[in-house]
Amino acid sequence: MGRHVLLIEDEPNITEAMRFILARDGWTVSSHADGATAVAAVSRARPDVVVLDVMLPGRSGYDILRDLRADPGTRRLPVMMLTARGQLRDRERAESFGVSHFMTKPFSNQEVLETLNSLVAS
Amino acid sequence: MARSALTGTRIRERRTLLGLKQADLARAVEISPSYLNLIEHNRRRIAGRLLAEIARALGADVAQLTRGAGAELVDQLGQAAADLPGAGAETGRIDEFTGRFPGWAALVRDQHRRIEQLQDRIEGLSDRLSHDPRLGSAMHEVLSKATAIRSAASILVETEDIDEAWQRRFHRNLQGDSLALAESAQALTAFLDGAGAARAEPATPWGELELFLERHRFHFPALEAGAPVAALLDDAAGMSAPGRSLTRAWLERYRREAALLPLDEVIAALERGQAAQARLGAARGLPVTLVLRRLASAPPVPGQDPVGLVVCEPGGAIALRKPASGFLVPRTGSACALWPLYEALGAPGRLVSRQLLHSSGSGNPVRAFAVAEPRWPFGAEGPCLSEGWMALLPQPGGDGAGALPVGSACRVCVLAECPARSEPSVMTPGL
Repeated sequence: MGRHVLLIEDEPNITEAMRFILARDGWTVSSHADGATAVAAVSRARPDVVVLDVMLPGRSGYDILRDLRADPGTRRLPVMMLTARGQLRDRERAESFGVSHFMTKPFSNQEVLETLNSLVAS
Repeated sequence: MARSALTGTRIRERRTLLGLKQADLARAVEISPSYLNLIEHNRRRIAGRLLAEIARALGADVAQLTRGAGAELVDQLGQAAADLPGAGAETGRIDEFTGRFPGWAALVRDQHRRIEQLQDRIEGLSDRLSHDPRLGSAMHEVLSKATAIRSAASILVETEDIDEAWQRRFHRNLQGDSLALAESAQALTAFLDGAGAARAEPATPWGELELFLERHRFHFPALEAGAPVAALLDDAAGMSAPGRSLTRAWLERYRREAALLPLDEVIAALERGQAAQARLGAARGLPVTLVLRRLASAPPVPGQDPVGLVVCEPGGAIALRKPASGFLVPRTGSACALWPLYEALGAPGRLVSRQLLHSSGSGNPVRAFAVAEPRWPFGAEGPCLSEGWMALLPQPGGDGAGALPVGSACRVCVLAECPARSEPSVMTPGL
């Protein structure tokens, strides 16, 4: 079971905190902060799971997710979306694009660990 | 009880004010005191010659006795009752309530109006919370910083063996993120305070335009004289960007149209009456909607009520209202389906002209001119969008013979057996 996670998040201190807790849990952690080049970053990194923020510079997380789902190579890649917007329609939109899990900020570290472990296990 | 019943109450009030006894007035108009008593207690309808004689004997206009704020007030109270159907308001006795307690009735109306304004505001703010990019960005900033702080704090508390370098790093992050959070929270508070300060303002761009036009009574002497619109826009400084844009477009069109159809011609047509109004602008081949806008932009002609105007956007919602006396336009829900505006929307480009009388039977008739202006913004293969325009021109002294009875909206309408009724009336049980 692979445990490589790519964090696509533009807030450096969130990325740093997640990198710390995931690395301590045994994960290999990569990160990327730009929405416009995020799909290419996924292709290069070939992670086992992606953590994807919704509001990113250059491109929204929804558009990135749609492209990942349209590509046969990443169609089944587990993607957990993080968003500061927790409204029902945001969640529904993410689900319609094929998100694996939707988590609203602020979240607990434990919640992130449990969800990512569950996603790669399934 | 029909709303025209208020006429009897007004006769009684006027007679009492003049210190006339019932018997004196009855003698003056050659009817029995008992019959006058029935009229005054709204148990007999009154119209035509007898009404004219009573008005003359009381030194009043017929219009003063049959209309005024009464019908409008009754309509507005009906709307208030319809909005809270569980409150148990005695809708069958609105006439009596407005007649006996006009001050309290006006208070209920004003409070209902205020509630509607606040509801509009809440909807607007809710919409803003969902779609305003600045607010969305501010919320995102606050929640992102809170997330970073929460994660870092948890790491520091829950990781017993964290080395000093990481510890310093997360302490530094906490310091930076908490300062940024404080700034973001202050900015968000200022934004929300600003939104709250404007709570009495309308929540939609069309609502902002309507309020602006109301402040100027829909008439702009400077534009009639060809002055540029820029100076007038100072008055629109507090509006949202879309509201200001809509207002600028309205004023620029007003200026162009004032040059095409001068105000003196519009006023002359209003003074001459229906036939002249119907011909206005025809000789120059001006669009009907232009003529309707010009009629509604004119200052009131002495002895006449101002011309009303209703604009229906292509999506079907009533976007802008300039009320005509006695003809209320509901702010929420659908309006009376019998209005020529809707007939015009069914046949874009065709002018619909109808004489209307309020369903209460009180008030003067109005002549309505309505037209839907079609546009094909997507080209011939795309959908046709039609914006509906309806002007309501008062017909002072008209007897309303042959006029089409219409209401404001079904739920406050007293018309029995109306084929256009889409929901029951709260005004008359059983309708």
